[in-house]
Amino acid sequence: MLTDFFILLKQELVITVIIFLLLFIKLGKDRSNETILNWINLFLFINLVAGFFGSQEGILFSEMFHTNKLVVLEKNILNLAMLLISMQSYSWLKMHKHVIEFYLLLLSTLLGMFFMISSGNLLMFYLGLELSTIPLAAAANFDLDKRRSSEAAMKMIISSAFSSALLLFGISIVYGVSGTLVFSELSLHLVADPLHLFAFILLISGFAFKISAVPFHLWTADVYEGAPVAVTSYLSVVSKAAVLFVFVSVLYTVFKPLATVWYNILFVLSLATIIIGNLFALRQNNFKRFLAFSSIAQVGFILIGISGSSQAGMASVIYFILIYVFSNLAAFGVVSLVSAITGKENIDDYKAFYSTNPLLSWILTIALFSLAGVPPTAGFFGKFFLLMAGAAKGNYWLIGIAALNMVVSFYYYLRVVKAMFMDSNEEPISKLSIPILPKLALYICVIGIIVTGLLSWVYDHIFSLSSGI
Amino acid sequence: MNLSLLILLPLVTAVVILFCKGLKQVRSVALAGSVIQLLASCFLLVAYWKEKNAGNHSPMLFESDNVWFTALNIHYHIGVDGISIAMILLTASVVVAGILVSWTMEKLSKEFFFLLVLLSMGAYGFFISLDLFTLFFFLEIAVIPKFLLIGIWGSGKKEYSAMKLALMLMAGSALVFVGLMGIYYQTHSYDIMQISQMHIPLEVQKFFFPFAFVGFGIFAALFPFHTWVPDGHASAPTAASMFLAGISMKLGGYGCLRVATFLMPEAAHAYSWIIILLATIAIIYGAFATMMQTDLKYINAYSSVSHCGFVILGIGMLTQTSINGAVLQMVSHGLMTALFFAAIGMIYSRTHTRMVAQLGGLLKVMPFISTIFVIAGLCSLGLPGFSGFVAEMTVFMGSWQNPDGWYRLATILACASIVVTAVYILRAAGKTVMGPISNEYAVLTDATWNEKLAAAILVIGIVLIGVAPFLINQLIAPGTENIMQQVGKLITQK
Repeated sequence: MLTDFFILLKQELVITVIIFLLLFIKLGKDRSNETILNWINLFLFINLVAGFFGSQEGILFSEMFHTNKLVVLEKNILNLAMLLISMQSYSWLKMHKHVIEFYLLLLSTLLGMFFMISSGNLLMFYLGLELSTIPLAAAANFDLDKRRSSEAAMKMIISSAFSSALLLFGISIVYGVSGTLVFSELSLHLVADPLHLFAFILLISGFAFKISAVPFHLWTADVYEGAPVAVTSYLSVVSKAAVLFVFVSVLYTVFKPLATVWYNILFVLSLATIIIGNLFALRQNNFKRFLAFSSIAQVGFILIGISGSSQAGMASVIYFILIYVFSNLAAFGVVSLVSAITGKENIDDYKAFYSTNPLLSWILTIALFSLAGVPPTAGFFGKFFLLMAGAAKGNYWLIGIAALNMVVSFYYYLRVVKAMFMDSNEEPISKLSIPILPKLALYICVIGIIVTGLLSWVYDHIFSLSSGI
Repeated sequence: MNLSLLILLPLVTAVVILFCKGLKQVRSVALAGSVIQLLASCFLLVAYWKEKNAGNHSPMLFESDNVWFTALNIHYHIGVDGISIAMILLTASVVVAGILVSWTMEKLSKEFFFLLVLLSMGAYGFFISLDLFTLFFFLEIAVIPKFLLIGIWGSGKKEYSAMKLALMLMAGSALVFVGLMGIYYQTHSYDIMQISQMHIPLEVQKFFFPFAFVGFGIFAALFPFHTWVPDGHASAPTAASMFLAGISMKLGGYGCLRVATFLMPEAAHAYSWIIILLATIAIIYGAFATMMQTDLKYINAYSSVSHCGFVILGIGMLTQTSINGAVLQMVSHGLMTALFFAAIGMIYSRTHTRMVAQLGGLLKVMPFISTIFVIAGLCSLGLPGFSGFVAEMTVFMGSWQNPDGWYRLATILACASIVVTAVYILRAAGKTVMGPISNEYAVLTDATWNEKLAAAILVIGIVLIGVAPFLINQLIAPGTENIMQQVGKLITQK
């Protein structure tokens, strides 16, 4: 029992140990931010590497907690994203007064996400979700002297409280109608009668809030814009990915009896999300808002993949999220560097960026191309497989509209490329010197963007771990 | 011969370019790479003849088939027939010529040649793919370099044109994508040769054929989706214009033939009247629109719309001769337009204007450039002895074989457009090359060695096809026969 406990909970325990280590470092004598950051990044690296070894399948705490190869893979993806974000925010945190607190908050949310992904019970799921949300709202306020930052935190805490309320309401009705909260038993009890559906819709709305699907997306742009870039990238990549992981597995297992219902819901949600996300992204000038809306549109594509409800559907969702981690973090990495050093965050500021910073321009271009889905970047494969999984249902109009929306999204990604390469600017962003850690993170992202797509075993591996309905 | 070489060579060239310093190194690497590629393509042609003469009658030669994504049945399946070889030779010639023409590209030379080579890689990959996923992959690879080439190195309203081109071509590939999905979920395969053996039900074909055909058609300037052509060509730098007209538009024609018509022949038959209608409109509208142009590049761009109409017309008529003609027209148009754009680029770099009204008497100071300009023009209007005549003649002959009265009317109208072509070509050529020369142009110099070489490669191609059309006809005939078998199967069934 005890060995089971240590082996199955390994990834959560490592994070907990790091959190305690950080507390002790905080108590100890004053060290420079650089040293602390280097140590933390080393910890996170060890955490990432440790995730690949000695994982087992199993259940703990009477089905509250379960883990298997797929769950471990998902956690590894989150670990990777966490490490990359940490490396990228080096320039920003170097100057910050409260480095350790920042990591305490983020690692707590990461721990919450791990429990959420591993949950086998709606209560456990809810606990994990809350643990992953509340510290994040505090982290959104981490530009302590900026009013926008606290506004963002306030918006986030209120909107997530609202979505949690929806979830809880849904959970309580589910308990009322089925008498259980355990995932494996729930699927036997659920049928398509009105009360069940009402509970299900409440639950799905809660999820939609967290992944900012339209019409539950309104908090996203403001929070993304106000929060510090590091938190924004964490929000848009890690926290979204975690909820999507749970979403897809919950839909495919617990809510299997309601498959036709949620197919229709996803159909509407995905189209609305893609179209609205795209339309808003067209006119943004703030880079963070721009990426916020573009990430809303990306979620719409992911929902199409989920709606495929096949093994390929689940595989393509996880595969796409992995690619999305690389592409979005490459984009955020450049934005975060520029923002930390010059304070500029508008797309117009990036005019003639290529003349001063060719390397960063190419990295940002590759990242945007991957987000847009242009070969040979991985984004092409990701989008292709998502839509292909969605097309399995035979709804070609949905696929056609989604494909045409890719063209719209193309316009706004190319707009940034155009600003960097083609427009002239009297005072372009000056040549930036890039510290070693952010540079390394950017290189990892670029390599990831190129390799994840072309090497087919990544997808085949994920496919072999996935399961459909 | 290992066909992957055709993709690897440009890839290696592109990577080496990234590590070069200065214009001189970059352009030498690019030229070396493209010349080796041209030689490899010629070698491929020889190898193909050897195989054919040895009695190998399989539809695709030098096939190699490797699994790429096991879970989704996606293969890296490549192989060539005569049509692909013709296209590959065309691409290789245009790439060499394009690189020679950009010999003095000072601005961001490394990026420029890198993108040119990347574009050509997309085209080679596209022409040798026998798997729909791989084909689509390479089709899209060839789009983005165009956006950057036009937007960064172009002239005039370059950003607008670049964006328009990229978005329209992307919309084209979005439509193609839907078509591919339809085919895949009908047959559970992306393999072109496998799919061609299966029978897709007529209703399914009728639903997905328009997606695939219009999608590829956008690349090939199908009316009314041709609007990217004039702006894109006119704003692009010379080499990019050559690539656009000589390579990119051929991707569309080849796709219409290899994917849409080959895999969904019944739908092609059912919709042929729409295809022919659109093609005829494009031919006539393109020709008259060209009459109104005053800018040399716009003249050539609009005439491209008209000439690519012949390609679509040939495909739509669905007779062996007409499809032969369509392929011939693709090759011929590719060479001729590339030559035309090269000549315009040479004139522009010296006179700094492309307006017909401001030019005149250039024959006196630049006889070589004027000559190739006139050659390209005469080829365009279909003078016997050049490739244009052979191609258009074949299309007309093939079209006439289709006994339907309306189709014959379309053929007659398309033939009549040649008169209009003659008007605008002779007028532009006469005004530019003949007549008195203004004083400021009197000091200009003729073509340099690289420009002469570039033009020579293209002129050789044009004249070779024009004088000995049977050479290329023999090359592509087995390929088109194959496609006709698909179409013929169903016609005899009825």
